[in-house]
Amino acid sequence: MAGTIQGYRIRGAAQLIMILFGQSIGFAGYLLTGLFRDNALPSQWPLLAICWYGLGVLLHVGARIAIPYADPVILPITLALTGLGLATLHRIDLTSGSSPMLGNQFIALVIGVALLLVIVFLVKDPRRLKGYPFLLSALGFLLLLLPLVPHLGTEVYGSRIWISVGGFSFQPAEIAKIVLAASFAAYLADKTEVLALAGRRILGLELPRMRDMGPVMLMWVLSLAIMVFENDLGTSLLFFGLFVMMIYVATARVSWIILGLILFGAGGAFVLKFAGHVQRRIDFWLHPFDYPNDATQIIQAQFGLSHGGLLGSGWGLGRPDLIIFSSSDMISAAIGEEIGIVGLMAIIVLYGLLVFRGLKTSLVATDVFVKLFAAGLSFAFLLQTFAIIGGVTRLLPLTGLTTPFMSQGGSSMIANWILVAALLVISNQARRPQHEAAVGPEGVTALGEEFTQVFSTRELAQIGTGAIRPVLPIAAQQVRLGASGNVVHDEDGWTGNDELTQIVPVPAPGTPGTPLVPAAPSVPPKPASPTSPTSPASPASPATPATPASLATPVPSTAPVPLKAPGVPATPVPPATPVPPTTVDPGPRTPGSTAPGPTTSAPTAPAPHDPEDDDYFGRGMD
Amino acid sequence: MNKQIRHVSVFSALMVFALLANLTYIDLGRQSSLEANPYNVRARQAEFDVHRGQILAGDTVIADSVPSTDQSSFSFQRVYANGPLYAPVTGFYSYIYGSTRVENSYNSYLVGSSTSQWLQNLIDTTSGRTPQGASVVTTISPTLQQAAAKALQGYDGAIVAMDPHTGAVLAQVTSPSYDPNLLASHDLGAVQTSWQQLTTDPSNPMTDRSTREIYPPGSTFKLIVASAALEKGYTPDTMIDTPSSVQLPGSTSTLSNSSDCGNTQVTLARALQLSCNTAFANLGVALGATTVRDEAQKFGFGSPQLPEVGGVASTFPASLDSAQLMMSSIGQYDVAATPLQMAMVVATLVNGGQQAEPYLVQEVRAPDLSVLYEHQNKVTPVVSASTAQSMQDMMVQVVANGTGTAARIPGVTVGGKSGTSQTDADNPNYAWFVCYALNPDIVVSVFLQRDEKTPVSLWGGANAAPVAKEVLQASR
Repeated sequence: MAGTIQGYRIRGAAQLIMILFGQSIGFAGYLLTGLFRDNALPSQWPLLAICWYGLGVLLHVGARIAIPYADPVILPITLALTGLGLATLHRIDLTSGSSPMLGNQFIALVIGVALLLVIVFLVKDPRRLKGYPFLLSALGFLLLLLPLVPHLGTEVYGSRIWISVGGFSFQPAEIAKIVLAASFAAYLADKTEVLALAGRRILGLELPRMRDMGPVMLMWVLSLAIMVFENDLGTSLLFFGLFVMMIYVATARVSWIILGLILFGAGGAFVLKFAGHVQRRIDFWLHPFDYPNDATQIIQAQFGLSHGGLLGSGWGLGRPDLIIFSSSDMISAAIGEEIGIVGLMAIIVLYGLLVFRGLKTSLVATDVFVKLFAAGLSFAFLLQTFAIIGGVTRLLPLTGLTTPFMSQGGSSMIANWILVAALLVISNQARRPQHEAAVGPEGVTALGEEFTQVFSTRELAQIGTGAIRPVLPIAAQQVRLGASGNVVHDEDGWTGNDELTQIVPVPAPGTPGTPLVPAAPSVPPKPASPTSPTSPASPASPATPATPASLATPVPSTAPVPLKAPGVPATPVPPATPVPPTTVDPGPRTPGSTAPGPTTSAPTAPAPHDPEDDDYFGRGMD
Repeated sequence: MNKQIRHVSVFSALMVFALLANLTYIDLGRQSSLEANPYNVRARQAEFDVHRGQILAGDTVIADSVPSTDQSSFSFQRVYANGPLYAPVTGFYSYIYGSTRVENSYNSYLVGSSTSQWLQNLIDTTSGRTPQGASVVTTISPTLQQAAAKALQGYDGAIVAMDPHTGAVLAQVTSPSYDPNLLASHDLGAVQTSWQQLTTDPSNPMTDRSTREIYPPGSTFKLIVASAALEKGYTPDTMIDTPSSVQLPGSTSTLSNSSDCGNTQVTLARALQLSCNTAFANLGVALGATTVRDEAQKFGFGSPQLPEVGGVASTFPASLDSAQLMMSSIGQYDVAATPLQMAMVVATLVNGGQQAEPYLVQEVRAPDLSVLYEHQNKVTPVVSASTAQSMQDMMVQVVANGTGTAARIPGVTVGGKSGTSQTDADNPNYAWFVCYALNPDIVVSVFLQRDEKTPVSLWGGANAAPVAKEVLQASR
């Protein structure tokens, strides 16, 4: 029966071909640099080819074994970007006159790849991270504020976002973005419900309750502190933007975004008024040519991009030596000059694709924490890339962030490979067929806690073949309830739903044939099967009170997973007590409610059909 | 939750598109201005491999590019024959410090990147020839330029000579000057040293005093006040009060005549001839600030002149009380003009009240001698022909029997006006003499800032007029 389940196909060969192709872009750049500058191939090119492509094949094989279901596009994009970065660094090495950077960068890459392999082989379940929200937060904040420690933090071009230990410099924000994405996800997965509660209405804006504002204010103050004391608008924006975005994803409340924008805008305006160095950065951005001696980076980047033009000067024929920090902050200008505006656009699109694969992973994942974590990682990655490339190209004030996978610098390289590793692990878990997921190392019980819709493989097979869509009989005898009231399922349990929606209320044994009506996009929900004595029950979703009934089952009063949020009394009624069918109040909940509802308040509106999902079994099963 | 994640995806897509759109804008919207920016070393590097066109004064080559003989990576070396003499015209062309004056304003022609040259460049490039830039022919007369420089020896200052009928600038000399070859060298270390020396030299040798600096024009400004009066119905015989001194309204200071004007009343012609300060102060008040200002603007005050060398605008103050108007009417207070501007005033009067816009580049010739650009004279009416004729007669009187007798040339019609302005008591006076001669018609404006021999007292009639005379004679 399990054999009929379709998951994502394993696309081994496609991934290998894409990896080799992606690697070849950068390698071609390396060869062309030699040809253009010296009319000859670089002397050690065969050795480098073996190392470089060997690394790609190793990655592929490792990923194929450890995470066969992971998104096959992520690694090729990452390697393409890394290869372009290495080729650019090699090219800068040729004219910089200082010690070559390519070797060290390659070592950092090897360390990054090794860490990736360690992570994908050892970490099977990213949900483990959510057990340590406070540890993660503390670690993240510590990392963020580390550059402010005297003698440890170093100021580079006005920004204090580096620390220097024993000759090695390190940008803690690189690691912090991963750690904080995890800590935010852990916190929000816990607090989703509470944070979505409405507080006072001011000017038509439903504000969150004051008591929920604490962490937001903390992040706000921290962001402003980074702006003022570390003098880096980009880092500040990165973390505040990440936090606001994750709150929005978790709560679906636009008011959090508006509140975030107002807070950041007000704080930013205040800082601008009283901290001259931030104002200076903005002046350099708006009027760089008024500061020919101070805004040289921006000016030279502009000259380089414009002189390179649409198609660029060609590998090795530009003037990265004229751009200060062409190997780190300004690498996108250095490469943009040589491969042209078109080439730089292709790189930006690659970054975009990587981010969209990450967000896609987040969509596919089922666990709230994992979804938030994947979305957070992807968005943080995008914000960073946007801030630095936008700064280099004068879309935004220039910040001192690194360009992921391309900038010279070990900490950035390693941190971003860890980020990719996390995305791959999540992706693998989310995309594998669920009979494999269920027998995963975490065991059934652990999984069951998170599951919201539980089917037997028989129904799955039927749904999968399209034989049954609106009404499915459920083999209720396979479902039992855990002692805590959680829905627990046997190893046939399936979680591959695109949309995390609703705890399936489970009837007591002895009432077989309870109908289940998923809200398929194209089919109007039928109220009940002929055998059902119940009336339709709305999902208890505050955000979408008007959602048509998607379930028609006897509703036990406390089937949902109890909230673990402190301060929200969840009073589970003894489980497995069938109660008369009721219609759940769809309105906003209050903390005192005896029915805290499902673990998520996400709307149950059917997701639009995503062509990407064609090989995905559970589409439309919202 | 997936709905929000999709929203985030859309927002992310917008961010990516913003980056792409901005890059497109760099290429489409900013490229031309970035390429023309003098700080753009890349564009200059590309230019240094082009056989840059010549700059000529008549038939004399004053800036040329010759194949490079040093070990540098550049193919051509810019050479300025007689560099200091023509520096205010050519400017310099430096790898590090960019370019100035004609080297800058006609750069696209000189390197061959102007739109009219692209086809020739394409043919040259595809046929394997080195593309060559076009030659810029200036209006400068080497004879007059050299004579003016010789006449100016010993002084800090500037001389501008121009053809009153076409506006062609025939000589543009500034003193002290500098050698642009020092900055065009391929020895970049030496270039930096030279730059350091030139920019820190207290005599400011790189300052073009003829078109890019403004100084109080003193009594030469009376030409404009007198023209305004004639336009308002005055005649050269109109009587004007000229007490020995007038009290400036609202202060205890007085303004007095520096020559003997009779202390009662004089005609307008006589007032100009003897440069009577109190007469022109009273005349200015009688005409009103607006009339005087409008007249100055008609003559070109307030507009930058000679963009080929980045000439600046002369200024007349925007608002004035009576005392300030009195001072302004004799070319003091905040009135300030370039020597070029004062030459334009005289040129307009010599040209029958029609002002020919001054220009420095006659034509641009491609390597095959085809003309890519040719100057078209632009003439605007400023004062009536009768006013212009009266003013010429009055200026002739100044040279014949007034403050400008030092510029007399026997048998030649010469008219002029002297000026001596004081900035403050400790600084030497500025001495001016603006004049013209007929057959051939030429206008000369002389400005002296400092005399190395007699550091304190410079006078328009005594010091500037003889210098002007030398230039007038050289033109004959």
